[in-house]
Amino acid sequence: MVEPAVHTLRFVARLLLLAGALLGASTAWAADPQVIRIGYLTREEEPRIPLTFLEPVSDDEGVQGARLGIADNTTTGRFLGQSFELVESVVPADGRVEDAVRELTGQGIRLLVADLRADALLAAAAAPEARGMLIFNTRAPDDDLRNERCRANVLHVTPSRRMLADALAQYLAQRRWTTWMLIVGRAPEDAAYADALRRAAKRFGAKIAEEKTWTFEDTNRRVDTGHVTIQTEIPPFTQGREHDVLVVADEADQFGEYLPYHTWSPRPVAGTHGMVPTAWSRVHEQWGATQFHNRFERQAGRWMRPRDYTAWMAVRAVGEAATRTRSNDPAALAAFIKGPDFTLAAFKGQGLSFREWDGQLRQPVLLAGPRTLVSVSPQPGFLHQFSELDTLGDDRPESRCRK
Amino acid sequence: MTMMRRAALALLGVAVALPASADTIFVSNEKSNSISVVDGDKLTVISTIKVGRRPRGITFNADMTRIYVCSGDDNRIDVVDTTTLKVVDRMPSGKDPELFVLEPAGRLLYIANEDDNMVSVLDTSAKKIIGEIPVGVEPEGMGISPDGKTLVNTSETTSMAHFIDTASHKVVDNVLVDARPRVARFTADGRFVWVSAELGGTVSVIDTTTRKVVKKIAFAVQGVAKEAIQPVGIVLTRDGTRAFVALGPANRVAEIDVQTYEVKKYHLVGQRVWNLALSPDEKRLYTTNGVSNDMSVLDMERGKVVKSVGVGGAPWGVIVKP
Repeated sequence: MVEPAVHTLRFVARLLLLAGALLGASTAWAADPQVIRIGYLTREEEPRIPLTFLEPVSDDEGVQGARLGIADNTTTGRFLGQSFELVESVVPADGRVEDAVRELTGQGIRLLVADLRADALLAAAAAPEARGMLIFNTRAPDDDLRNERCRANVLHVTPSRRMLADALAQYLAQRRWTTWMLIVGRAPEDAAYADALRRAAKRFGAKIAEEKTWTFEDTNRRVDTGHVTIQTEIPPFTQGREHDVLVVADEADQFGEYLPYHTWSPRPVAGTHGMVPTAWSRVHEQWGATQFHNRFERQAGRWMRPRDYTAWMAVRAVGEAATRTRSNDPAALAAFIKGPDFTLAAFKGQGLSFREWDGQLRQPVLLAGPRTLVSVSPQPGFLHQFSELDTLGDDRPESRCRK
Repeated sequence: MTMMRRAALALLGVAVALPASADTIFVSNEKSNSISVVDGDKLTVISTIKVGRRPRGITFNADMTRIYVCSGDDNRIDVVDTTTLKVVDRMPSGKDPELFVLEPAGRLLYIANEDDNMVSVLDTSAKKIIGEIPVGVEPEGMGISPDGKTLVNTSETTSMAHFIDTASHKVVDNVLVDARPRVARFTADGRFVWVSAELGGTVSVIDTTTRKVVKKIAFAVQGVAKEAIQPVGIVLTRDGTRAFVALGPANRVAEIDVQTYEVKKYHLVGQRVWNLALSPDEKRLYTTNGVSNDMSVLDMERGKVVKSVGVGGAPWGVIVKP
């Protein structure tokens, strides 16, 4: 059950929808059901191969969360005569996202969950047909998408790199581990993550005593006696100025997993590996998350990943708007979601809403250890005049978004 | 004066060994898998009863000889004898029971199955589940009308109060409330049901005849972030004049004038206050504080917290027996 075929799952999702529709039809309130259609757009790509063997290689990250969101919306919708449909579209690796957007618009889609990287997301948002759409960015953490490259028709459900880095820096400040060694991978996304870490260090009073770039060859994760090489390479590599904590920027997942227990000084590891600031993790079971995990695992046959969680939040945001407005008009739903009365319950212990200055969903960030939850940021004591959640990421005065 | 009288009574209680005259408070501890038994006179823990994993919902049977406990992670109801303070029985509950309510007639127990989008109906005499009622996502709060005819269940992710006819076991109406509704409590006259919304930060008062929200009570505590105001537990005095609402991580209990729906006072209690119970003489209010692992005791006449009693880990539910 670890890697079920996507097609089988789609079939199951349809069955679930059908069951929901039948239930709806059998109740007295579903006289004239409203249908709310949500698009889901992703691009065909090589599956991500995690460095750890404990995580499965999956080709359905993201979409499983969206499907669960549809199932949850449908359970609520059956009491209000509303039904929800997910229209899934996968752009070929060499295809144009603009074409997919056009096709989805043709099918009446105005609300779109975008499981895309930054450039593809911008291309989708810039398509002429996307002008009347509301696009939920459930994947790209890039800070410039919230600033210089922000778009009026895009809301960011996934936390930005700056939010993740700030969440980590607040916790390290709270522990008084304020001198860091920073190790950065060679991928462009690693550099972007490192930028966010440097900014966070400055914001929350930490000092980066030493910075290093990972220059070793990328290796296959499955190598006989591979640990011997790792054990030889990493201790001298992590030698340097005195620091409290080793902070790693390796979004590409090439080496970060190897750092804990191999460092020259006995220091904890945090960042993209070790203790990880993240939107979601299996170790989180507070605020009703237990039941949410169970529902997801029954459906997907694997643990929920951050991309699944953000896709679920996007679909639930539409569901919540449909419940509150009792409408299936995409414009009315979009207006409600961006408005002051919108609150999303997403197993984080407080209501979530979108920042009006850059369309970012304000949300607590988990600090996940490999086996248990370490903490949740914002940390106590980091105060804000409006919402403590706005101590994470770009606050109103800092925002460079001019929509 | 009151304190002296109470002290005198306590002394009397000890002297003539009449433990039956003292209140006994039972607190479910979500984290330590136990029930703390607190003596109402001395306000000290007199016994700790080991129960199933993650005990939350807790209630008496009709004659108060038994306590029913939702042991969520063990998917069962534990039955505790209130005299011997021992677990004497187990009953089925359906998956992941969190909260429940006993019908006034005392036989049927309605259980919210948080993991299953269901309310299970347990016959406590036959110890059998005799029915299941499909409701919204993550069912939680359970309230029953004084005449036993109407059951109200809240579902957290669906944000609704489901009105269920207990004769047919069918959902007859759904009332939308604010995000993540937790507790449903009927007024003594059965005319209204109060529903707390943890993330919405409000309490909706629903007219049980029209099934419309007639009042939405909001809260504001100076110096406390809006997000930290998370209403959960609700109790109302028997005469229907005063209501108390636990505000979670705001560490306050709001006291509300039921006639005007005005918040009169915010009582500072322990951290993350979950649920509330009044003593049978309504002279005290007990609160479970999930983060500070204690129970606050509010003197209702003086309007002051007079004591905090350390109980088990993550106290959640509280009930009081005369």
